[in-house]
Amino acid sequence: METTFEKNSFKSEEYFINMGPQHPATHGVLRLLLTIDGEIIKNVEPDLGYIHRSIEKMCERDSYQQIVHLTDRMDYLSAHINNEAVCLAVENALGLEVPERVKVIRTIIAELTRLASHQLWWGVMGMDVGALTTYFYGFRDREMINDIFEETCGARLTMNYNIPGGLMFDIHPNFVQRTKDFVAHFKTKLPEYDTLLTGNVIFQKRTKGVGILTKEDAISFGTSGPVARASGYSCDVRKLHPYSAYDRVNFNEALFTEGDTFARYRVRIQEMWESLAIIEQLIDNIPEGDYKTATNAVIKLPKGEFYQKVETARGELGVFIVSDGKKNPYRLKFRSPGFSNLSALKKMAVGSKLGDLVAMMATLDIVVPDIDR
Amino acid sequence: MTNSDLQTLISSWNSELEFSEAESQFLNITVKPEHLHELLSQLKSNTETSFDYLFCLTGMDWGTDLGVVYHLESTTHRHQLVVKVKTSDRENPTFDSVCDIWSTAEFHEMEVFDYFGIKFNNHPNLKRLFMPKDWVGYPLRKDYVDEVNMIIK
Amino acid sequence: MNIPLSITKNIHDWLFEVMSAPVATVVEKVLIAVAFLGFFALAGLLLVYMERRIAAFFQLRLGPNRVGPQGIFQTIADALKLVSKELTGTVKADQFLYKLAPYFLIVASLMALSVLPFSKELHAFDINIGVFFLIAISSIGVIGILIGGWSSNNKYALIGAMRSGLQTVSYELSVGLSILTIVVLAGSLQISEIIEAQRNGWFIIQGHIPAVIAFMIFMIAGTAETNRAPFDLVEAESELGAGFHTEYSGMNFAYFFLAEFINMFIIAAIGTILFFGGYLSPFGITESIPLLGVFWFMIKVLGLVFLMMWFRWTFPRLRVDQLLTLEWKYLLPINLFNIVLMAIIVWLGLTINF
Repeated sequence: METTFEKNSFKSEEYFINMGPQHPATHGVLRLLLTIDGEIIKNVEPDLGYIHRSIEKMCERDSYQQIVHLTDRMDYLSAHINNEAVCLAVENALGLEVPERVKVIRTIIAELTRLASHQLWWGVMGMDVGALTTYFYGFRDREMINDIFEETCGARLTMNYNIPGGLMFDIHPNFVQRTKDFVAHFKTKLPEYDTLLTGNVIFQKRTKGVGILTKEDAISFGTSGPVARASGYSCDVRKLHPYSAYDRVNFNEALFTEGDTFARYRVRIQEMWESLAIIEQLIDNIPEGDYKTATNAVIKLPKGEFYQKVETARGELGVFIVSDGKKNPYRLKFRSPGFSNLSALKKMAVGSKLGDLVAMMATLDIVVPDIDR
Repeated sequence: MTNSDLQTLISSWNSELEFSEAESQFLNITVKPEHLHELLSQLKSNTETSFDYLFCLTGMDWGTDLGVVYHLESTTHRHQLVVKVKTSDRENPTFDSVCDIWSTAEFHEMEVFDYFGIKFNNHPNLKRLFMPKDWVGYPLRKDYVDEVNMIIK
Repeated sequence: MNIPLSITKNIHDWLFEVMSAPVATVVEKVLIAVAFLGFFALAGLLLVYMERRIAAFFQLRLGPNRVGPQGIFQTIADALKLVSKELTGTVKADQFLYKLAPYFLIVASLMALSVLPFSKELHAFDINIGVFFLIAISSIGVIGILIGGWSSNNKYALIGAMRSGLQTVSYELSVGLSILTIVVLAGSLQISEIIEAQRNGWFIIQGHIPAVIAFMIFMIAGTAETNRAPFDLVEAESELGAGFHTEYSGMNFAYFFLAEFINMFIIAAIGTILFFGGYLSPFGITESIPLLGVFWFMIKVLGLVFLMMWFRWTFPRLRVDQLLTLEWKYLLPINLFNIVLMAIIVWLGLTINF
């Protein structure tokens, strides 16, 4: 834009600020090196590794049963789904058919996990754009899910409920009833989310048209999950490569084309509705049967390469196991959804304002341990 | 496109490729480092293959060889493919960067550099991503020894 | 019947009886100052408590409810904790300005407090340019924020301070103009006269449409003036950590914190004086007991304070360019038009009088 003044008469100077690793909006220990001109972001440089625990190296040492327990420390909000990814990879490699009951229970808990994750995300999203109240609304409903988890598997967050071959224990007798109660409760509370935040004028102004990621960029940056689906890239692993019980449930893939922060927000809200629908279809039809199939005490995978992808709350988690026939993998790589999603941040953020960056990071739904591994 | 169709098509581009479907659920192509960038950009730009989604990029240490495994998917045709590249040079392993083809490779190649010390030509910003900047060695290599932090059973 | 309850007058007379005139004047001034300081501290603590309870009820929580009945002493306990805390600071800060900043802020809000009429008699400082004085004084506070943010030698604090500067400069206009709209109606700048003019109906009723518009603009701009959500860009915790007071701790931080609440009180008090008849009772129901003016004044002020808290706990934060767009593209033109409208209404005598 041309101004009437000589441009050089106002000397503007770019400066660096260090966002994180301790910063309220970086959701953990992400560090962003920002180059800013006034309020406008000129460059974003993520600096990772503040919660790097060398999980991939540890996996090369551990047996497959042990590896499962490491995965829920990656994306702790999708702990169950992460466990499931490894278990499915091992089961597929062994050619092990798990009982129907296990598949259905895994799917229900995976969807509950997704709901819990999205509830937390929604609360934090509101907080990041300055509406503190959302946080407590999100947590009110999330508590109910955590209680269900606690009752069934003893843990509220990092669950370790899956083992290769099935589940660690059977579900708690109250599980079905409590899940039904939760679904009934949350169906009345989810519209509240919309009235509190989605419909708010300020919120819409803050998010619409902000941080646009085109479909081409979304694919090129390897984004997945809600981030990609908000850009119009249909990538739901549950639809494309169904695993567990997803082949027998009806649900819609939340898909928007705007690619902005508001679209990413709406994808997640809609995903919550879809998750509720999936749980409702399955909760009454948990087949009777065993909750696990017997496996050898020492699981040895055949020689070869095995890739398993699942849809976590953040997107596509890939587990790439290279086995040389021993009891521990030769190489294990986690393709974490957050890592690829984060790489698109620079593309979205450059040129926007500092406040927008925070909103964008909220809709990327970054979980730093998942990125650092 | 089925795996055999892919194999016929891709082998017509370059005769030096090795194809394998053993021990994997995908079609594996092993390519020489000098042909890597050419092959991958062709895989993306060709409308019949159009592998536009790089969903996983893995660094590998096969004991003697270092290499990178590219997992590709086409968002239009929905077929998948694995491309492998190897080098026996452990001192200074170098491949061409693919971040001009898929932007996501920028981060993943940094990760591979961090863990395996594999350098990528034309990478805009190759640096240690997870490990501290002054870390010595490449921890995911099989010959990496750290007597303090690693417990080997 | 008029019950003589002139406390201030009695004290005044008694002081001049027992002392010589010059001493009595000094003692009286000191007494007034102490009373205001006491009120300042008490009101600050009460407002913090109120905010915490109200926030809790908005957020499905209970809030502080352990210290004292209904947790009423919680804020006192917190204040004691803050007093006893070590004052940490940055070595590279500009020490003089860094230490000066909180006092700047707190003195500005104290001075603004001095012209507020709590009832007809509890009015310490009734100058003939009262409203003008209020606007002028309440905008001094921003200097405290600016020097606090700048001298902290912290980029987040600096961004917060700069945001505060631009926000206050912009919204000052809207506050001023919406007050001016009422001054047109009242025909005076003196606070006591403005209130007395409302005996025939509060200005929000007397001035009907333009007064309601002015009131809405005043509340929006007033919230922005006090740097509260949805205009809390100055201390936007998800963007800037704690904004301009990132580097402050202990009592220095508490000063900033208290000043924010007192400023909120002042904005609500101005709103009450200009739009809701200050200490006047509704329909003159307790006209015979002037001391009850304090009660009515506080009720109205706390009502407006509650409104501001309501804003804070339900709205997301604006972005900095949207903040400026709102002011310069919407509020300012509406405000200018509104003044003209009010002038026409006053000129044609279209006001509503009981």
